[in-house]
Amino acid sequence: MSDVIFEGQPAGRSLWQDAWHRLSANKAAVVSLVILIVIALVSIFGPYFLPWRYDEIDWNHVEALPPNFALGHYLGTDTVGRDLLARTLMGGRVSLTVGLLATSVALIIGITVGSIAGFVGARVDQALMRFVDIMYVVPFTFLVIILMVMFGRNFVLMFIAIGAVEWLTMARIVRGQTLTLKHKEFIDAARASGGSTTNIILRHIIPNVLGVVIVYVTLTIPQVILFESFLSFLGLGVQEPMTSWGVLINEGAAELEINPRTLIVPAAFMTITLFCFNFLGDGLRDALDPNDR
Amino acid sequence: MSETLLRVRDLKVHFPVRIGGVFAGRYQMLKAVDGVSFDLKAGETLGIVGESGCGKSTLGRAVLRLLPTTAGHVVWLGADMTELDGAALKARRENMQIVFQDPLASLDPRMTAGNIIAEPLHNYHPELGKAEIAARVSEMMTQVGLQPSMLNRYPHEFSGGQCQRIGIARAMILKPKLIVCDEPVSALDVSIRAQVVNLLMDLQKAFGLSMLFISHDLAVVRHISHRVLVLYLGRMMELSGRESLYRAPRHPYTQALISAVPIPDPDKERAKPKVLLSGDLPSPLTPPSGCVFRTRCRKATEICARVAPAAELIDADHTVWCHHWREESP
Repeated sequence: MSDVIFEGQPAGRSLWQDAWHRLSANKAAVVSLVILIVIALVSIFGPYFLPWRYDEIDWNHVEALPPNFALGHYLGTDTVGRDLLARTLMGGRVSLTVGLLATSVALIIGITVGSIAGFVGARVDQALMRFVDIMYVVPFTFLVIILMVMFGRNFVLMFIAIGAVEWLTMARIVRGQTLTLKHKEFIDAARASGGSTTNIILRHIIPNVLGVVIVYVTLTIPQVILFESFLSFLGLGVQEPMTSWGVLINEGAAELEINPRTLIVPAAFMTITLFCFNFLGDGLRDALDPNDR
Repeated sequence: MSETLLRVRDLKVHFPVRIGGVFAGRYQMLKAVDGVSFDLKAGETLGIVGESGCGKSTLGRAVLRLLPTTAGHVVWLGADMTELDGAALKARRENMQIVFQDPLASLDPRMTAGNIIAEPLHNYHPELGKAEIAARVSEMMTQVGLQPSMLNRYPHEFSGGQCQRIGIARAMILKPKLIVCDEPVSALDVSIRAQVVNLLMDLQKAFGLSMLFISHDLAVVRHISHRVLVLYLGRMMELSGRESLYRAPRHPYTQALISAVPIPDPDKERAKPKVLLSGDLPSPLTPPSGCVFRTRCRKATEICARVAPAAELIDADHTVWCHHWREESP
């Protein structure tokens, strides 16, 4: 069902537009957003402009080289002579991809389960939410190790494992929001005007929970990135020569005393990203807070 | 004004309320509406009055089947709504709509006024083109006193009175035969209240609407209704034509309600005899035996505690549920 745009009439300001105005007044959030976009763009396109590939070994210098502009190693190399900047950017691609994809998986499952459980209620609610409770009990690390043992180390498996854990909280949040919305009069009004359950969930419930969900998404992405680096740190993450920020930090930590640069570079990228996501989430929460309306 | 559109017979809406129990849960029935019957003719307005918590809103929603009913029948245009489900229920509902108490809460904050008003059209007439929908919405907005240039605005950009007009436009867009008005003016300023009430009366004249007008404001009900139903704790107390009820209320509860309506003249207000109610509304979970009103009734006697009063016909258009209605009030 499409919205009717009434042409030729002055446009009103939606709550989303209001929120956007408030967000753009928040300096920390705007700066964070810009930095995040820059990091994402550099991670995506940067590697094409570098003289070295992320898995290419500089056979003349199989050692941790300090930054050397003449050779094109702008941030030096790691212990086996691979360009650190190229690897960090490549790691950024992987980490951000994992963060976004796993969060999207969590988002889709979480919203579906949460809104249905909350809106339909009764037995459906009981069944879905008890399943969520059971899933919470499963120790995450063991789950991942078991999956890895069964299916081998695998990039896709990691999304599934992380997504499978992250959607639980999302589902609870969406369910809670749905319960508060369910008894609002506009839901009754929608039912009286002939809306089916699916129709009401899609048209009224989900648009109204999105505000809260978006805030939670910006806080979930860094959590997922940390999860991924934790798995990589344990050696369960992505496989060499592919890399991620977690893998790089792991390698750098081993070299900490001899070669702190190999730790500092990826750690700086990751820390800045996480900070920015948190600031952005904070800003979004202030901007979307319905209480000041 | 002859054809009976809506026939409500012995309608009961009971809610299970959890009163304890660790695992199994012990439940008790809250009788929000208990044995209400009335008829509504085409073009007629039935006012439903009573204190807070007497089941007015529950009754209104049960008629639309927005709430499950426990027993009784709601016969709408010849079909029993309590037996319908799914598509059949949806089809029947096209002719009955509702206007809510809280103007802002009854509008989805993320939708524009135009889309809110168009929603029933989307649901019932998906075959309509965009231009047709836009035209009908604009026409309806003009009819309820909103400028069509406000189509793309969002609910928070409107005043309370304007929001209520949007709610009325949404209810009217399908050209229904019955509108349930659930305290439509209680949340509005007095100045706006008169405008909205008059708007509803104009629409009633223009479209030949029937209305269930739920309110606790007796002055408004007197202005808009043809007949009035007085509820107390979900039971009927008195059902009567407007003039007869306001001139000569028979039930002690109605007498108390009417004497509490202020007269806008301080001298007359001071001079008029007042019938005051003592005490609070008893818990609907444990209603008094016999006549539910007896705990606060000045005429209550021993029989009131034993026997629930039956309907007593005073004249063709005036029914009262009281053992002592014949005794003159002091």
